Amino acid sequence: MFAAEYDSNTHYDEMFAPDGTCRLHYKPFFETLKDIPVEKLKQLQFTTDKAQMAMGMTFNVYHDKQGIEKILHLDIIPRIINATEWKRIDEGLKQRIYALNLFIDDIYNDQQILKDKVIPADLIESCPGYLKQCIGLKPPKGIWCHITGTDLIRDRDGEFYVLEDNLRCPSGVSYQLESRELIKRVFPNLFSNLGVSPISDYPIRLLNMLEFLSKKNNPVVGLLTPGVYNSAYFEHSYLAHAMGVELVIGQDLVVKNNKVYMQTTSGLEQIDVLYRRIDDTFLDPLAFNPESLLGVPGLFEAYKNGHIAIANAPGTGVADDKAVYAYVPRIIKYYLDEEPILANVPTYLCSEKKDRDYVLDHLHELVVKETNAAGGVGMMIGPRAPEEEIELFANRIKQNPRNYIAQPTLSLSTVPTLADSQVEPRHVDLRPYILYGQEIEVIPGAFTRVALKRGSLVVNSSQGGGSKDTWVLQQEH
Amino acid sequence: MLSRVANCVYWLGRYLERSENYSRFIDVNFNLMLDLPPNLKEQWEPLIRATGDYQLYTDQYDNFDRETAIYFLAFDENNPNSLCTSITKARENARIAREHLTKESWEKLNEIYLYVKDGLDNEIWKRDDSAEFFREVKYGIQLLYGIADNSVARTEGWYISHLGQYLERADKTSRILDVKYHILLPSVDEVGSPLDFLHWTALLKSVSGFSTYRRFYGKLDPVRIVELLVLNKYFPRSIFFCLTNAELCLRSLSGTTGKGYSNSAEKKLGALQSKLEYEDVDDVISYGLHEYLDALQIEINQISDAIHDNFFKLNQEFTNQKNIQE
Repeated sequence: MFAAEYDSNTHYDEMFAPDGTCRLHYKPFFETLKDIPVEKLKQLQFTTDKAQMAMGMTFNVYHDKQGIEKILHLDIIPRIINATEWKRIDEGLKQRIYALNLFIDDIYNDQQILKDKVIPADLIESCPGYLKQCIGLKPPKGIWCHITGTDLIRDRDGEFYVLEDNLRCPSGVSYQLESRELIKRVFPNLFSNLGVSPISDYPIRLLNMLEFLSKKNNPVVGLLTPGVYNSAYFEHSYLAHAMGVELVIGQDLVVKNNKVYMQTTSGLEQIDVLYRRIDDTFLDPLAFNPESLLGVPGLFEAYKNGHIAIANAPGTGVADDKAVYAYVPRIIKYYLDEEPILANVPTYLCSEKKDRDYVLDHLHELVVKETNAAGGVGMMIGPRAPEEEIELFANRIKQNPRNYIAQPTLSLSTVPTLADSQVEPRHVDLRPYILYGQEIEVIPGAFTRVALKRGSLVVNSSQGGGSKDTWVLQQEH
Repeated sequence: MLSRVANCVYWLGRYLERSENYSRFIDVNFNLMLDLPPNLKEQWEPLIRATGDYQLYTDQYDNFDRETAIYFLAFDENNPNSLCTSITKARENARIAREHLTKESWEKLNEIYLYVKDGLDNEIWKRDDSAEFFREVKYGIQLLYGIADNSVARTEGWYISHLGQYLERADKTSRILDVKYHILLPSVDEVGSPLDFLHWTALLKSVSGFSTYRRFYGKLDPVRIVELLVLNKYFPRSIFFCLTNAELCLRSLSGTTGKGYSNSAEKKLGALQSKLEYEDVDDVISYGLHEYLDALQIEINQISDAIHDNFFKLNQEFTNQKNIQE
C-alpha cells in the first residue's frame, strides 16, 4: 500500500520519523491503514468524491460564461496532530490574534505604535488595506478580527511557522466541517479509539460570537454573500444554514435612519449583526468603491453609528499586508511584552535598503511575494524560476520596493496521500480557524491544504491543491 | 423570509412539480406506445402539444419520432420547460434558498439533478429502456416530497413552496386534459374499442388517477374523466383540489381568517376556487372544454403574477440601481 520507497526527501513527514518508524500519535491509524489494500482505498476515495458532489460541496469555474462545477479534492488519508503540538499552536494563535487586534485598533485610533517608531508610519499609510474611512472607528466590544484563518507551515526542523494571518474573509471552514463528516464514514472505528477533537459545534460558536457583538438580547444575524455565482457560495450557504440565519445579498438590504433592514415577505425587518463575506471596499458604495453593486448604500454610516455590527470589521486588511506581517513579532512584543510563541517566517522587506540589496543578490534562493496579493498569485519561487522571471521581478522590486517582500524557500511538511497507485508523501500547510468574541477560541481542527502534484509546494486550490481532514488528538498517545 | 428568497422557494415548488409531471408524462406515453398495435405509429405529437411548447418544437424539428420527442421534452436546453431545464432551475433556486432547506432535502434534490445530468451525458433518449430513467426521476422527486413532509416545519417556506406546487399542478392537469380530450374525442366510432380504452387509461395514468377513477366511477366515460380531473373534491391532482389547497396556503401566508380576502392574490384565487366549487361538469362541457381550460390557464397565470406583486417584489425605491441578479 505504501510506496516501497516512501521518502519525504529530507522534508519533515507528519507520519514517519526520518528513520522510517511511525510517529507515536499516528500508530493506531497506521495499524489500520497498512492492512487496507490500495484498491479498497481507491474505492473509498471514489465514494468520497461522489458524496461531495451529492452534498453540493462544489465551486464554479467559469469558462466562456459556462459554469463548470468542481469539487475540491478531499484526500481520504487524514493529517493528525498530537495534543502537545496542538496546545502550542492554540496558545500561539491566541497570543497572535490578541496582539493583532490591539494593533489594528491602535493603528486606526491613537497610532501609539507609530509614534513609538516601532513600525514606520509610511509603511502603514502606503498599505492598500489601510482604510482612511476607518480612522477613529470603535467597533463593538473593541473587536476587529472576529474570524481568522491563519496559514501555518511546518519546516524541516519540525517547527510550525506562521505564513499568513488572513484577517479579512478567510474561507474553507465549511470544507473542514463537511470533510470531517465524510472521513468519519471512511474510518468510523478510528474516531472513538483515537479521541479526535470534535469540531461540529463551530457554527454554534460562530453564532454565539456574532450575537455577542450586538447590544440586543436576541439580535437578528445575517450572512452577506456576493451571491450564488461566487466561488465560495457553498460555504456561505452552508454556514447560514448551519447557524439558522438569513443569507442575504446587498439587494435585500436597505438603510433607513442609519438602521439596516432586510426586505421580507412581511415588510422590513431590522438586522443587527452582519457576517459579511464580501471585501471591505465593496461593502458600501457611498463610503468605499462607488462602483460596487454588491454592497449596501449607507451600511458603513449605520455601522459607525453603532446600529449594526459587522464581522470582520472593515480595515483589518492592513494587518494582512505582507510588509506589515514582517513586523508581527515586534507587534506582539510591543503590546504584550511577550516573546511570540509561534515564529514568523524570516522576511526581507524590499522597502529597506539593506534587505533589498540582500534580496536582489539572492533572488535564486528566495521566494518573492507581492505584499498585497493572495492565493499564490504575484509570487516567484526563486529556485524554480526561469532567468526571465528573475529579471522581471528584479526590475519590479527596484521600481516599487514597497510592494515586495522575500522569504527563504521554506520546506512544507509531507503527509501520506493517496496517489494513482500507492500512498506517497505530499506537501501540506495548515489553516486553523480562530474566533474572537467574548474570548478567543481556536477551533481544534484545521483546513489542511495539500499539493497533489508530486514535489509541488503550491497548495492553493486554484493551482492543483486539494484538502485533508485534520485530526487534533485530545490526549497524548 | 426574505422576499427574494421567498420567490425562489415558490419557483422551487413549481419547477419540481413540473419536473415530476414531465417525467410521469414521458413514462406513461412510453408505456402506451408499447401496447399499440404493430401497424400504428408511435404518437408523441399530442404530448408535445400538451406541454404548450408545440411551436418551439416545430421550429426546431420536423418529425415527431420518439428520440426527438424525448430529447426535446427531457434534455433540450433550448426548451425552457424541459425536464433538464426544470430540474436545473429547481436546484438553482434551492441553492439560493439553501439555508431554508433541510440537509436531507437539499442533498436529495442535488442527487436527482446529478442523475438527470448523467442522463444527458449518457444520451438516454437514444435508449429503448429509457422509461426506467424517467420512473427513477419521478420516484426521486416523490421521495423528496416524502422527506419534506416529515421534516419541514409548517411555516412560511412550506406554504410558499406548496403554493407554487399546487398552482403548477393545476396548470399541468388542465393542459394534459385539454390536449388528450381533443385528440381522443373525435374518434367516436372507436368508443369502447381496445385502442380507445388504452388512450383514456394513459390519460388517467399520466395524472396517477386511473385506479381512483375506477373506484369513483367504474366504466370509462370521457365526461366523468373531465369531472374527476377538473372538479373532484378528493382527488389531489384535480384542478379544484389544487386551487383549494393553493388558497389554504395563501391564507396561511397572509394570516387571513374567516371570509373575504386581504390582498389581490387572495381575491383572484378565492374567486376562481369558488367558481369551480359551484359548477358541475355539464357547465364545463357546455362552455366548451377547451375554452374553459384555456380561460383557467390564463387565470392561474394572473394569480401567479398577483402573488409575485404581493409577496416577492422588492421595493422599487431601493432596487432601481442595484438589480444585479435579474
